[in-house]
Amino acid sequence: MSYQLPPVWTKLQQHAVFPSFSHDERARYNFLANLNRFVSTVIAPGNKTAFEKRVEPIFKKENGRTFNDRFEVGEAMKNDPVYQMWAALRRSTMEMRQQNGRAAVLRQAGELAQKTATQLALHPNLQLKEGFIVPPYLKHVDNHLMPGSYHTEYFKGDVANAANYDSGLFVTSGGMLGSLTDGGGRAIAKWVQETYPHFNPKKILDIGCGLGHNTLPIAMAFPDAEVIAIDAGAPMLRYGAARANALGIKNIQFIQADAADMSAFADGDFDWVQTTMFLHETGGKSIHKIFKEINRVLKSKGLNLHIEQPQYTPEMSIYEQFMRDWDAYYNAEPYWGHMHDLQPVDLMMEAGIPKENFMQIGVKAVNDLDKKKEDGKVTEDYGRSPIWNVFGGWKS
Amino acid sequence: MSTELSGSHSSGQISEQIDTTAVNDVLMAGDKSKGGRPYFLNDPAVERVMNIAMAVATEVAVVRERMDTIERLLQQKGILQQSEIEAFVPTDAQAEERQLWHARYAARIMRIVQQEADAIAHPENNIPMRQIADDINEM
Repeated sequence: MSYQLPPVWTKLQQHAVFPSFSHDERARYNFLANLNRFVSTVIAPGNKTAFEKRVEPIFKKENGRTFNDRFEVGEAMKNDPVYQMWAALRRSTMEMRQQNGRAAVLRQAGELAQKTATQLALHPNLQLKEGFIVPPYLKHVDNHLMPGSYHTEYFKGDVANAANYDSGLFVTSGGMLGSLTDGGGRAIAKWVQETYPHFNPKKILDIGCGLGHNTLPIAMAFPDAEVIAIDAGAPMLRYGAARANALGIKNIQFIQADAADMSAFADGDFDWVQTTMFLHETGGKSIHKIFKEINRVLKSKGLNLHIEQPQYTPEMSIYEQFMRDWDAYYNAEPYWGHMHDLQPVDLMMEAGIPKENFMQIGVKAVNDLDKKKEDGKVTEDYGRSPIWNVFGGWKS
Repeated sequence: MSTELSGSHSSGQISEQIDTTAVNDVLMAGDKSKGGRPYFLNDPAVERVMNIAMAVATEVAVVRERMDTIERLLQQKGILQQSEIEAFVPTDAQAEERQLWHARYAARIMRIVQQEADAIAHPENNIPMRQIADDINEM
């Protein structure tokens, strides 16, 4: 059979704080993963056909010119039935994924909090801050349509939203992130080890770690390093610290902190500062404060890397820019749109990386669930493909 | 629900109460995320119905997977072979019962379409209810 099936949900590693799913809850996720794959590989490409065969020709005929930017493409595509149906379906599957995930974790929220507390007792690795102020950009939107986002606690000790994130990212990604949803972290750890075999960081900072799913592979790849993982969301940190304990990873501290004010850390404290799919969930003012702080806490000759969506460059077709923009507005990651007009090289200079040290690379995904497909042909699904876009550099 | 939380906490507390009484999982599962919801189809009413249909489609898949589990367990326990299911030929009476079920099921799904067709065929049965109210007030 040539049709590529997503792996089944039960392939996810059931660590000690993982929510327990009933037969039907598992089936629901198996179906949604398949539905997502169908929508992204079969229905989504129809957008390009519709754009080329009728949307663009009609626009040219009416205006005597082609599109100026992705916003004009968006306005024209809005009226095309193929786009309308794809967009309506994609929005629908995202909302269903959230509702089904929440239904599963909220009914066991008490047990999850208890399991988390049990794991936290094994090894001290969590520092939450009394009276912590959640950055305004996080409170203003529920990123990727996750009600309550990363920071909302429904009761003291709650980890429901983190457990929902951990168990549900599989559905959105069609299983492409691996059995511990750690594909990004695995990819970057492998790439750094292979590219810089003599790099031996003693202290690593992961900013916006969430539940640490991409921090763990880095900590495992550098077991002698002290890894600090910071995030604003208490449920994510609490669950992440418990999850790290459950998986036996001891060299990470999970600390609640605002990336725009990392005063808890000394100047030049870190050999490597990493972010993974974090920057596009910040804000237009905060991002510059964050890079200023990265510059401060990063050691001279230190490494700074960011896994991010690719920028919009003049070489990228405006159709592709439009498709990549979709998630910004309709999957509630609004900063994604504006951020992609920034130049990574400029951001890196703010972090103290000289222009000549700047690099932008494609790092191949590592997915333990999908080994045979890593080299296979994959339908472009703007922003959801198994090549990670990485930019960064070495500080002078 | 309230259970004793054992284990340390960042604040140094050894135990505290887990109190989930504020969690209404049935309703909170469907919490709306922040930001205005976009509608993509020309008529939002159609998109609303499509969302309901997709949720029902999901539940059909869930029932199908559950049935598959039951069949495989029955096979594992030697109660039946899946090939028996494939080879099953109902008796005439059984077949008719099943066809009747399908017919009723189809009619339930198609109710509104059937009734809209009926409305065109029988305009006399489509007097507005306010009019009927006024009419029967005189009866």
